Amino acid sequence: MNSMGQTFDRFLNTLAAWALALIWILPLAYAVWTAIHPAAYEARFELFAPLTYDNFVKAWEAAPFARYFLNTFILVTMILACQFFLCTLAAYAFARFEFPGRNVLFALVLLQLLVMPDILIVENYKTMRLLDLVDTIPAIALPYVASGFGIFLLRQTFKTIPKELDEAARIEGSSFLGVLWRVYIPLAKPTYLAYGLVSVSHHWNNFLWPLIVTNSVETRPVTVGLSVFSAIDSGIEWSVINAATLITSGPLLIAFLLFQRQFVQSFMRAGIK
Amino acid sequence: MIKREWIYGWLLLLPAMVFLFAFTHIPAITTLINSFYSTPRGRRPAKFLGVDNYERMLADPVFWKVLWNNLWFAIGTIPVSVGLAILMALWVNDRLAGRGFVRMAYFTPTVLPLIAVANIWLFFYTPGFGLFDQITGFLFGWSASNYLGNPETALNAVIVVTVWKEAGFFMIFYLAALQAIPVSLKEAAQIEGAGRWIIFWRITFPLLMPTTLFVSVNAVINSFRLVDHIFILTDGGPDNASSLLLFYIYETAFRFWETGYAATLTVALLVLLSLLAIGQFFFFDRKVHYK
Repeated sequence: MNSMGQTFDRFLNTLAAWALALIWILPLAYAVWTAIHPAAYEARFELFAPLTYDNFVKAWEAAPFARYFLNTFILVTMILACQFFLCTLAAYAFARFEFPGRNVLFALVLLQLLVMPDILIVENYKTMRLLDLVDTIPAIALPYVASGFGIFLLRQTFKTIPKELDEAARIEGSSFLGVLWRVYIPLAKPTYLAYGLVSVSHHWNNFLWPLIVTNSVETRPVTVGLSVFSAIDSGIEWSVINAATLITSGPLLIAFLLFQRQFVQSFMRAGIK
Repeated sequence: MIKREWIYGWLLLLPAMVFLFAFTHIPAITTLINSFYSTPRGRRPAKFLGVDNYERMLADPVFWKVLWNNLWFAIGTIPVSVGLAILMALWVNDRLAGRGFVRMAYFTPTVLPLIAVANIWLFFYTPGFGLFDQITGFLFGWSASNYLGNPETALNAVIVVTVWKEAGFFMIFYLAALQAIPVSLKEAAQIEGAGRWIIFWRITFPLLMPTTLFVSVNAVINSFRLVDHIFILTDGGPDNASSLLLFYIYETAFRFWETGYAATLTVALLVLLSLLAIGQFFFFDRKVHYK
């Protein structure tokens, strides 16, 4: 191919990539546009339309978003803490211990990648009723705390850690939990970060199970709060709904824009097995 | 004799296994058991029905409808989002002007809650003054169309949102795979005089096969799991035209409170998922090279 043709080829590719990028960002750009302009401009696009933050104030006052945020924050923290604890112990067992039933149990862990709690809503709801946990934040968290994905990811990481390090620490007198704490966990930090970001964004955005198991302001996460808010057919303006939409996705979005590199790399790391 | 190591292994596993069994394996089994029973109501306990629930399911037109919808949803979302993901990854992996922005634009939908973006898309689809009608009206002079209210287009409108949400997520996996392909392969092919097209089909694409397997298994699972946006966009309507299997299970269990029948539907979903996962594995097994 001659250089003219190559330049043209590159130009076309850049153009197409940008066109797709603009289409992809359009919904978000549109939400921002309506949220920062008065309702009159929600379908009229003028460059110098007056700016306002009224929509955010209205949305914030129309629903207890502060409480929803607190609930979501408690929820994702609780899930992440439990996942780190449970998955670390299980991954350590699978990676470095020999015991009968290991392969069968590992297969059962992997089965959860297919048979997810998201699908078993009917039975899990019954369990929560039995435990008298319906409409509590732990009820939203419990089905997800033993994550097959997390166990698998950490096991793979632990397996790459040289056995010599393990043995050296043991010779120095560390117990098996001491080795886990001093050798394995510090060396697996990037995996914890990656898994943490994936988990937090997943559970921040989760909707169906929280919708089923919560029914009061004190327990609802932001996603369910938003759906309750926008489902009221009282003629709430689009601009206010979009402001609420941005509010709910805001913290995650800002975190993503600030730590874009880490986010993308984390998702990449979580994907390569 | 029981060794010490065994006990350590078991003890380390115990906490995770308790939760895994309590919320995944045991519910899966009780789902199967309950699918043979009637729904308990008030003081009347569940009664053994045999295969009655299954007969009802096979005779239920809504079940067949949501099943077809779900297959159509899978066919509509998986190839397009995987194809777009490969294209996006190739672009972003290239030296492209403004690559940072382009990559951010592709990936952003992944971090937004599906339920929140559904609100935005709902406005896009609004008849008359929604963005789609404004554009088609301006460009082609089309009259207002109710994409979400029309049984012919409702599901497709939901598919578009799903593709938009998923493609950037899958792109990440391809990006990782592309960066692992040695540059020397591409250079050798270029010396041999191969063009971009040939390089892609003969080198890049075959080397991406393991990623494609991983991504498409994920995409299949997602196509049965992602129903959040339906709550906002169409609520399954009109006349179940955009309802999916999991959404129907939700409706049956938590709107009509027929948990027995919902268990039967869940069994159908689980069987379907397993068959698809196994099938995919064999389908790709012959095609995955260089693992």
